[in-house]
Amino acid sequence: MGGLLLGAVAYDPKVVTIWDGFRGWLRDSAGFDFDYVLYSNYERQVSGLVDGRIDVAWNSPLAWVRARRLAAARGVPLTPVTMRDTDCDLRSVVVVRADSPVRALADLAGRVVATGAVDSPQATLLPLSLLRSAGLSPGLDVQVKRFDIGVGLHGDHIGGEREAARALFATGPAEQADAACMIDSNLLLFGREGALPVGATRVLAQTPAYDHCTMTAGPSADAAAVARFGELLLGMDYADASLRPLLDLEGLKEWRPPRLSGYQQLERAVDEAGFYDRDGVITAKDYRP
Amino acid sequence: MPSTDAAALVDLADLGLDEGGDLLVDRGLGGLAPGRRLTVTGRHPALRVHLGAWCRSHGHRLIEGNPPPGGAGWADSALDGGTLMIEKGGSGERRWAGAERAGSAAGPPDARADARWGLAARGALVEAGGPPIGAQWSEREHVWADIAPKLYAAAAAAQWDPATAVDWTAPIDAVPPEIERTVVQIMTYLVENEQAALIIPARLLSQLHPHYREVMQLLATQAADEARHVEVFTRRGLLSGGPLGTSSAGGRASLATLLNEPDFTTASFLLSVLGEGTFLDLLRFLHDHAPDPVTADVTRLALRDEARHVAFGVAHTAHLAGSDPAYLGTLRRSVERRHAALQDTAGLNAEVFDSLVLLAAGSWQPSAIRRGWQAVRDLQARMDEGRRRRLAAIGFPDDEAAELSALHTRNFM
Repeated sequence: MGGLLLGAVAYDPKVVTIWDGFRGWLRDSAGFDFDYVLYSNYERQVSGLVDGRIDVAWNSPLAWVRARRLAAARGVPLTPVTMRDTDCDLRSVVVVRADSPVRALADLAGRVVATGAVDSPQATLLPLSLLRSAGLSPGLDVQVKRFDIGVGLHGDHIGGEREAARALFATGPAEQADAACMIDSNLLLFGREGALPVGATRVLAQTPAYDHCTMTAGPSADAAAVARFGELLLGMDYADASLRPLLDLEGLKEWRPPRLSGYQQLERAVDEAGFYDRDGVITAKDYRP
Repeated sequence: MPSTDAAALVDLADLGLDEGGDLLVDRGLGGLAPGRRLTVTGRHPALRVHLGAWCRSHGHRLIEGNPPPGGAGWADSALDGGTLMIEKGGSGERRWAGAERAGSAAGPPDARADARWGLAARGALVEAGGPPIGAQWSEREHVWADIAPKLYAAAAAAQWDPATAVDWTAPIDAVPPEIERTVVQIMTYLVENEQAALIIPARLLSQLHPHYREVMQLLATQAADEARHVEVFTRRGLLSGGPLGTSSAGGRASLATLLNEPDFTTASFLLSVLGEGTFLDLLRFLHDHAPDPVTADVTRLALRDEARHVAFGVAHTAHLAGSDPAYLGTLRRSVERRHAALQDTAGLNAEVFDSLVLLAAGSWQPSAIRRGWQAVRDLQARMDEGRRRRLAAIGFPDDEAAELSALHTRNFM
């Protein structure tokens, strides 16, 4: 059985701590030949996966969508490995000020909607798709005020979402947005940390549940090694004191078997926005990862 | 089949999870086993959204109702709170699965303190993991004395303020200039010694496992005591406006051997039993021959503190020697080693010795000098007697106690 080389995106310094820790545990405690490399953005990681430069990629949901399309176009196989418990059943929300006259998504016509970075599934692509489902065309019926922070990180950087939330309460009329888009957990976080004043916002709408990150093996991966890797991740126990700090940093209590049913919403959003074409080519004009 | 406990209900009223509502939910879940369900009611408009996100990040599951058909977003009416249900996850229990108590809060402390307890309070429930503490002293026998808690309580109650405990306005004009110079020289010497006596407990403290809390606290008060002594002796030395006295190479060499002592008990033994024990007699001597109220005050206050330090040193050393009589050999070798290291040095600063004679004499009259000389000889005899008594209390036979006392540094400390 061969080893595995994993790719992860360095969206935060903690990524080194996490994968150094997992690498040590996998090699020393489990005797598994494992190493990792870091990428500056998901697009290059996805190319690396499909081209066989890495065996496994820790993919954002958008990275999964592109990897699937690229692999299908080239006729190479991808194997889902695992995902976190916290990757299941997320929702994004569209938030307005509590005293806003906007009562339904359709009321946003002619108004300004703040979003995260261009490539954020949770704070841009999915909420804008929700607007479309209500008959609003972003950029035409509503003005999109996008906060492009950490472009290429597929929304892993929280900065864009936080700025979108702050735009709801910006003092200058030119900076103020009528609605802001964010993931449900950040709505709670921004409220708790005070970026959104308590009692001053109202959730206008939320998306259906969708899934987030997923671990994907590419064409270069040894099948037995992939299976073993999946077993080892699924076997990581939150009661293990050597693993718990790493699991906490990575934001999960347990790894779960992968499921691919939670990405249809994002596939549709990507098509609507023209973000990638059906073969996984980047077609978004204003996207420079 | 998961089930809802009859009493497992939390009503948040209009409280949101962004203003503390999660504490109530967490409290409600606290009494449930993993897999059991908690009903949450509330009127906060974002309760469902908040609770979904909170449950996901905490390893619980929000039992969702049926989403609207067609893949569209939830209708606005579905966003409000109402009645929701949570199925408790098991991560909270698993986090504490390997936890253990760091001994007993009430004591006595454990014979061996686990490095993995780290800085946790004695008796705390310690989550497994986290960095182990790098404490060098983690065995009770090597640091403990049963009297430590009482001594700490006494030390805490007896802290005094150098600014008010001494009447710094008391006149020293009546002190003859030559006697004042002896006081200044002695104060200079005392500061040097007290600085060593501050650094040593501070160093031991930094390497002590905090499980032995009372010893840690006692050493902290000991260091604080010495800090005050440094202050008041410095202030008295400068009170007449002149420069301080001299610091001899031999005196500093003697103190350096104390600083270099690597073992907790031998360091405590050499410093507190022999050094500070000898200083009790010295401070009493200085108090008795003080030419002014300030000198009398500062030596009296220091004497009171030093007595506690000596009491712990004797009690701890006796505690260890009592459980391991062979340790007396280690103590003996520490005295011999120090003596050998110092035999080529002068020991006590000659100017300090002369100052003690002149202080006791009170003048340069030959008859007074004879009296002062005899007083210092008597002081040295009392110092020797005190050391032998303390060595005997630790467990040394009388003849060995006398032999070891004679090997003690001429620098007193």
